[in-house]
Amino acid sequence: MTARETEGVLVTIDGKEVRAPEGELLIKTAEDNGTYIPRFCWHPRLKEVGMCRMCLVDIETPGGSMMVTACTNPISDGMVVDTKNDRVKKAQEAILEYLLINHPLDCPVCDRGGECPLQDQTMSYGPGETRFVEEKRHFEKPIPISDLVLLDRERCILCARCTRFADEVPGDPLIEFKERGYGTQISIFPNQPFSSYFSGNTVQICPVGALTATPYRFRARPWDLKAVESTCPHCTAGDRISIEASQNQVLRFLGVDVDATNRGWLSDKCRFGFEYLNSEDRLTNPLARQEGGTYEEVSWGEATSIIAQRFGAIREAHGGDALAVLGGAHGTNEDAYALSVFARDVLGTKNIDCRMDDALGTRLLTGIDRRARISDVDTAGTIIVWGPDLKEEHPTLYLRVRHAVQELGANLIVIHPRATGLDDRADLKITYRPGSGSDLLTQLRGGDRDDVNALLEASPVVAFVGRTGYTEGPTMAEAVASWILELEDSRVLPLARRANVFGALDMGVAPDLEPGRIAATETGRDTRQILGGLASGDIRGLLLVGADPVRDVPDGSLATSGLSGAEFVVAIDMFHNDSTAHADVILPALGFSEKEGTVTNIEGRVQKVNRIAPGSGQSRSDWSIIADIATALGSDLGWTSEQEINDAMMARVPAYAEASWDALDWEERDGVVVPAPGADVPVYRPEMTTQPTVGAELVLHSARKLYDDGVMMRKGPSLHRLAPGGFAHLHPDDARRLGARTGSAVRLVTKRGEAELPVQVDPSLHRGVVYVPFNQPGVGPLGDDPVVRVTAVGEPD
Amino acid sequence: MSRPLVVTRRMVDHPTDSHTLDRYQETGGYEMARRSLDMTRDEIVETVKSANLLGRGGAAFSAGLKWSFLAPDRPAYVVVNADESEPGTFKDRQLLERDPHQLIEGLIITSWANEANHAFIYIRGEYPKPARRVQQAVDEAYAAGYLGEGIFGTDFDLEVTVHLGGGAYICGEETAMINSLEGLRGEPRLKPPYFPAAKGLYMKPTIVNNVETICNVPHVLAMGAEDFKGIAHPEDTGTFLLSLSGHVNEPGNYELPHGLTWREIIYDVAGGIRDGNELKTWIPGGASAPWFVPSLHLDMPLTKQATADAGSMIGSGAVVVMDETTCVVRAALRLVRFFAHESCGECTPCREGAPWLEMMLTRIENGQGRPVDFDVILDVSDGISIGLEWPPKMTTICALGPSAVSPIISLRDHFGDEVVAHIEGGGCPFGRVEEEEVVA
Repeated sequence: MTARETEGVLVTIDGKEVRAPEGELLIKTAEDNGTYIPRFCWHPRLKEVGMCRMCLVDIETPGGSMMVTACTNPISDGMVVDTKNDRVKKAQEAILEYLLINHPLDCPVCDRGGECPLQDQTMSYGPGETRFVEEKRHFEKPIPISDLVLLDRERCILCARCTRFADEVPGDPLIEFKERGYGTQISIFPNQPFSSYFSGNTVQICPVGALTATPYRFRARPWDLKAVESTCPHCTAGDRISIEASQNQVLRFLGVDVDATNRGWLSDKCRFGFEYLNSEDRLTNPLARQEGGTYEEVSWGEATSIIAQRFGAIREAHGGDALAVLGGAHGTNEDAYALSVFARDVLGTKNIDCRMDDALGTRLLTGIDRRARISDVDTAGTIIVWGPDLKEEHPTLYLRVRHAVQELGANLIVIHPRATGLDDRADLKITYRPGSGSDLLTQLRGGDRDDVNALLEASPVVAFVGRTGYTEGPTMAEAVASWILELEDSRVLPLARRANVFGALDMGVAPDLEPGRIAATETGRDTRQILGGLASGDIRGLLLVGADPVRDVPDGSLATSGLSGAEFVVAIDMFHNDSTAHADVILPALGFSEKEGTVTNIEGRVQKVNRIAPGSGQSRSDWSIIADIATALGSDLGWTSEQEINDAMMARVPAYAEASWDALDWEERDGVVVPAPGADVPVYRPEMTTQPTVGAELVLHSARKLYDDGVMMRKGPSLHRLAPGGFAHLHPDDARRLGARTGSAVRLVTKRGEAELPVQVDPSLHRGVVYVPFNQPGVGPLGDDPVVRVTAVGEPD
Repeated sequence: MSRPLVVTRRMVDHPTDSHTLDRYQETGGYEMARRSLDMTRDEIVETVKSANLLGRGGAAFSAGLKWSFLAPDRPAYVVVNADESEPGTFKDRQLLERDPHQLIEGLIITSWANEANHAFIYIRGEYPKPARRVQQAVDEAYAAGYLGEGIFGTDFDLEVTVHLGGGAYICGEETAMINSLEGLRGEPRLKPPYFPAAKGLYMKPTIVNNVETICNVPHVLAMGAEDFKGIAHPEDTGTFLLSLSGHVNEPGNYELPHGLTWREIIYDVAGGIRDGNELKTWIPGGASAPWFVPSLHLDMPLTKQATADAGSMIGSGAVVVMDETTCVVRAALRLVRFFAHESCGECTPCREGAPWLEMMLTRIENGQGRPVDFDVILDVSDGISIGLEWPPKMTTICALGPSAVSPIISLRDHFGDEVVAHIEGGGCPFGRVEEEEVVA
């Protein structure tokens, strides 16, 4: 390789010689080498358009010096650039003066004021005064373009960052320029709001205050905000965020550009899913249920001693296995480790599970052979998604896959019972009936599908594998993973929900794993068995840790009967929810922005979460609550800080030996990926299994939407109203046969529940399938059995 | 004065039916297209190049050279720029209306030479009659087997699509035209990297030529490069169409050999100035071109080089003549207003700067000018078109922004006193006609 290939080409910027890869954009080369060229439209994650003209620089050409935009010109060997001469300064002043003549200069009341690129660059590069004495351009303002985003067309400088983002990144081209010239403006299409799951990103990248978000609008001045970097508490990608708070209230999240995870983007659920932290409904004091069912505030000491006494009594009389623990996937690794040790060593129970009966087997999630990293999609030849709709359940992974297919040329195969967000980018979409996945898999594995075979020739293969819905058992995904791993040069990323579920499993918050992903010698009961045990009386005492099984377990009626049958229930939570209603003692917990610790994402990346605000009232960290209960039960675990637990954890969990707090230095910005599966624990290769095909006339497909009726959504006013509500989606043929149509109602009856729902005719569905979004407001659980009976209600209107 | 006619010969000789296929064939039409299919691409490109056929859309760039830049990627496309929108330009309209088969024949040869099996004729939407005539001619050519599959019995396929623009001047800019054809907003693309010959329509190699350029192609091949060069001027070969308008006695389209002086053009060809008035100034090559004045330019020949040396351009051949009764401030204002109105809004200097210029000129014309205004106008112009030169050193993506500055260049160079008179005299010395501010 020549020096040019290894070291790049030689470019002279303001007299300084630098080397950079040939073809890199000049604006980036300059910035990486200490020369900031002002810009508005250029964004490193979007395609360059050269529209704002702010980055004009002089380059030398054989025909004399020439003004070019640094954001559109790739560097070449010998390029000589001047970014500071008088001509460049004159151009910069001119551009800023043009941009400001019609800008309202309402900075004192603008959300962006104080952190505004237009302000900042006017300060650094602007003319200092305007010569414009004419009437400014006026538009009605602000106008809502979605439930979350408002547009001020007078502030807008027409840089196209928002329109490019919407089109290029999530593939939601719902905003566009309209009119032209002086009348050019950003607009939505008639009667089509900018209802992208990713709309908030446009607010973050807007270089002025033209786009503002309703949850943050007029809430703070940027200079009053303090910020701390942390890890997003919503999905398992471990997205890097900056949490910003004022006066001890969290006011916004911003995405932080980390290549390993989210590249700066966040879904609106992540971005605006902080409002619950400030909710007036937060629990503030320990509560104990009184005779007659009301709750009274009690002191921490009283609460702890009631719990110790009751749990102690059950343990005494019936043994530790009469106790159980559910939850722990929303906390930190330290919380999870404390919980795991507490359950096993203090309560003496193996009945512990952080999964809400909606996940995959623990070995597939934690110990799989050739587990992929998120970044593997960037180099994948073929990406397979056989699992949930990534756009609904793993939004930033959706963006990553979309980018890999759209920009990097990977093949994409999507296998799902209905339309998914990635379909428009898929080379092949296979729609199948839940319950017949085994038949399809047998075909694929046997090489009977030429279309699949042809796509699979492009390797490496990276597969996202999970449950497409709750009526499809977890063993289906195991079988899919097994098939993928039979392919050469393949990797699997098993999917699971709840932010820190992977960390909790690594810490042993599972019936069959001990801390460190070590297979338990004796397997305890999983969530379903625990709930069954509570209902039957085998299990008498339950500790809920940030868990709402009534809402979250697919078979909600099982959860309700379990909790009703329990003798004594303790809930550690931030809110009252449908499950805490069954609790005897409720303990207020800190939210994730109120504590420190580590979390582990889907690929095993350990990252920090950091504290920025105090908790509500007397709320405390899970681990410290647990430590106090342990002490009251006679076992002093000896922990006085998160850091001490982290030390203990590192010692006991070999895979985490490298993931010390010091190693998770923010400057590195990408955390530490723990080895899969870890030290001396053998890797797991799932067995090929088959599931019998469901023969029922109609089968239920129950899967989540991004916005649902979970308690964290419910307590955030901005997001909760975005939940679409309950619907029964029917294939047109089935709808016709049943005498139903969009807008009419059907009655659904399963073994575990029933519901009356409005119909949406959905041609994307496989025939014979009824899709019902899971956990929508006002819709009771239908359970996880695929057999469903559907009848039309009344006459279609 | 007898002048050689090339592209208008047929319509002059057969004023009633020059647009019909029968007349076209009867006068030797489609013979050259048929013959060209036996020629190689290189032969044709070489002939057009050595004939030095210059583009007639404005830039006067060698058509053969442009063709030789065609990148190897396929499919390739040819686009005929019939979006004739420059104020004062109406020459292509006549070619489209009166001799559409000539265009199609040129297009067949151009497509064959550039290995394109699909060509587009992009006609401005305000040209319904030319569009009808062209569509009719295209239909006739399909029926005759001159377009479609296996044309003229060869194995060369050529589809031609006639497309009407939606009413934007900018779509005459070739990359904006390509965006418009693709159904995108009519906004110019970045050059580099989107030179149409490399990455044009659908990111494939694309040749975009003006109507008149393509109409010349059959004649270049029929005459041969040497004879074509022999028509008139040795460098600016062949003839060209001039759209003469304004205060002349005989406005209209004229096919002329290159190299006539402006005196010949204005006084001989166009019959002199109306009412015996004095010539004040004229636009030599379309609204984007800086103006000429009699004291400096009357005896200068109309060639690409001489016009460029004088700081303007032959452009699209639109000559607008203004006599002594003309208020140049108002004339400049009208032109600036046109460009401000037609700015696509993509880049800042043109979108914001041109309307600002319009506002200031409106005030001056209406008697609300301030002494500082002309300096501000010049400096605001300088931010769009550095140094106020032609050809422009622009801060914009395309030349529309600098075109808005051309009238300002003309005011600065020739009519500074008249601007000052407006400001100091509190209004227009030619009488008050309230100019409404019609920004954008």
